[in-house]
Amino acid sequence: MLMQINHIVPIEHIITLSCILFCIGVMGVLLRRNAIIILMCIELMLNAVNILFATFSAYNGNPDGQIFVFFIMVVAAAEVAVGLALLVLIYRNTRSVDVSLLDRLKW
Amino acid sequence: MEKYFYLVILFPLIGFLVNGLLGSKMKGTTPGLIGTVAVFIPFLIALGVFFNYGHESQPILQNYFPWINIFDFQANFSILIDPLSLQMTLIITGIGSLIHLYSIGYMHDDEGFARFFSYLNLFIFSMLLLVLGSNLLILFIGWEGVGLCSYLLIGFWYKNEDYGYAARKAFVMNRIGDLGLIAGIVLLWSYFKTIEFQAMAIHAANVDMSDPVIIIATLCLFIGAIGKSAQIPLYTWLPDAMAGPTPVSALIHAATMVTAGIYLLVRAHFLFDLAPSVLNLVSYVGIATSIFAAIIALRQNDIKKVLAYSTVSQLGLMFVALGVGAYTTAMFHVTTHAFFKALLFLGAGSVIHALHGEQDIRNMGGLKNEIKSTYWVFLIGTLAICGIFPLSGMFSKDEILTVLFEKSKGLWALSLFSSLLTAVYMFRLLFLTFFGTYRDDEHKKSKIHESPMVMMAPLWVLAILSVFGGILNLPHLIGGESYGKMAHFLDPIFSHSKLATEHMDAGLEIGLMALVVGLVVIIGFVLYNIYVKKESLPKPDMSLRGVEALVANKFGVDELYDTVISKPVLGISRFFGQKVESAFDGISGFFFVAGFKSIGNSLRKIQNGNVEFYLILMTGSIVVLMILQFLIKI
Repeated sequence: MLMQINHIVPIEHIITLSCILFCIGVMGVLLRRNAIIILMCIELMLNAVNILFATFSAYNGNPDGQIFVFFIMVVAAAEVAVGLALLVLIYRNTRSVDVSLLDRLKW
Repeated sequence: MEKYFYLVILFPLIGFLVNGLLGSKMKGTTPGLIGTVAVFIPFLIALGVFFNYGHESQPILQNYFPWINIFDFQANFSILIDPLSLQMTLIITGIGSLIHLYSIGYMHDDEGFARFFSYLNLFIFSMLLLVLGSNLLILFIGWEGVGLCSYLLIGFWYKNEDYGYAARKAFVMNRIGDLGLIAGIVLLWSYFKTIEFQAMAIHAANVDMSDPVIIIATLCLFIGAIGKSAQIPLYTWLPDAMAGPTPVSALIHAATMVTAGIYLLVRAHFLFDLAPSVLNLVSYVGIATSIFAAIIALRQNDIKKVLAYSTVSQLGLMFVALGVGAYTTAMFHVTTHAFFKALLFLGAGSVIHALHGEQDIRNMGGLKNEIKSTYWVFLIGTLAICGIFPLSGMFSKDEILTVLFEKSKGLWALSLFSSLLTAVYMFRLLFLTFFGTYRDDEHKKSKIHESPMVMMAPLWVLAILSVFGGILNLPHLIGGESYGKMAHFLDPIFSHSKLATEHMDAGLEIGLMALVVGLVVIIGFVLYNIYVKKESLPKPDMSLRGVEALVANKFGVDELYDTVISKPVLGISRFFGQKVESAFDGISGFFFVAGFKSIGNSLRKIQNGNVEFYLILMTGSIVVLMILQFLIKI
């Protein structure tokens, strides 16, 4: 089954897509101040990696990578749950989701 | 019976744990009874083994478990039952039980009653390990254990600061000796590759006389013995150890622990036989200590201090005997000394108990009418230690003198002098305490009371032992066997000894005996004349002049050690503590502390609280790391 779809899309295209998605994620994390966007960008990076995992797995005919994707998705879901809970608390305290306001813990 | 011998060691340990952990919750004399039983049962077991142990029996080695096994170093937890260890076990548990029983009466109203018995049991346990251990390491555990118990019991009344210092002094002095012992053990192991006594004895048969390693090793062991058995120059802790309760002085500082040094030399006699020069040194140290301590004892006014110096002096005599290779004789004196010195100490304890804590003999006198029973046992003890025929002390001391007469006339004369001094200070003590008239006020006199039965019973048992203890090793000319019973019993141990003693002309022996007894009796009469007839008293400390003051002040040895050792050491540590350390602080403070402080001050600015900054830093670092990894790989 897996072997049959191998040559429909060349692997270089998928790697390029993954790199683009990852870079968008990194830039989003670095440049945006909205905490929700930052969380979403982190998800983007994770999923860029997921795509790579799935692709390499398919091309090598080894299902390990695909199994790993499930683990990453589970962990990412848990991470989002914690992240959003933190975000709600931040919003209650500052009436904003701007992370640059949280700068009191220093030196 | 031998099968159950491990119980001998186990019972005191159980007694220690029970009394130590649960003792404070028990009522009345229960801890005392537990403690006494925990020592008495081992005595019965040891007695059973003793009667089964014939002259032909082989030493029994009981191996319980392998303890340390690293590379070629092996030490098993095992005990060796042979005549020597059996005799010591009987002394320790036998006299130990009597002293435990006595302590029930002596310590009855002390708040640390249970603590006292747990320490005593721990001591018996350690002492048994010391004498029963089949190798030097087990012996060493016991050696340290008795040192610890000695410390704990000297400082038993720890609320008195002086007692605490006395305990510390004993501990530190013992450490010096212990260092010697450790060095000896290590040296012997590196030489023989074993620390088992039996194996070492076999190897030692092939070693040349005066082998330099053996000489140094035996010297180290002897240093250990000096510390434990209170010989010059480490004897000063023993008189101070009298700060402990009197049963402790009787058990640890007279009958058992202080004889550990003699036991060690006897146990390792196959090594000392190879080092005649060290044996000579043993003799000289012994005789010097014996006379020195006896002279100091002449001018002491504390009833326990006199006995303490007497113990030092008697231990010195035992070392003299060891030094000429008369091991059996030394062990005989150890045994009889355990009887009569325990008796004297417990008797002194009974006097102190009767007088509610008074220890100065200048405030006593005339007590023989007040406390008759104590007077009689004390009299027996005094006669025994002075060597009046036919009490035990006479036989053992006479045997030492006879052997010395044979080996060296000089040592004989000095030992005779020392044992005559014994008679002088003991009769002085006896007369000042029990004869004459009571010298403190009448009010106190009405409160004097005889000690209870639980204290008097052990005293009478010890008195009987002190009278008949000589039977253990009668010379053959007074109905003894071809040679003494104890010598016969201990003989298998010393069969390889090249210095084993032969016996001498009977007439000469009787002559020597009569000479000593006669001189002691004369001394007794002279002192009776001085202290009872003329009622002369020791002068107050202030009026003493010249030599008298020097003797009363113990020749100022404590002060000498204080000036020569303690003060300089303290001075050096103070110099390092105050000058050198602060100098280091200054230098390092200048270079390091200030430097790190300024680096830290500039670096902490990075933590500025801005989340975006952190993210950029993190990403940047990851990129840098990746580039580095990439570069390094190529």
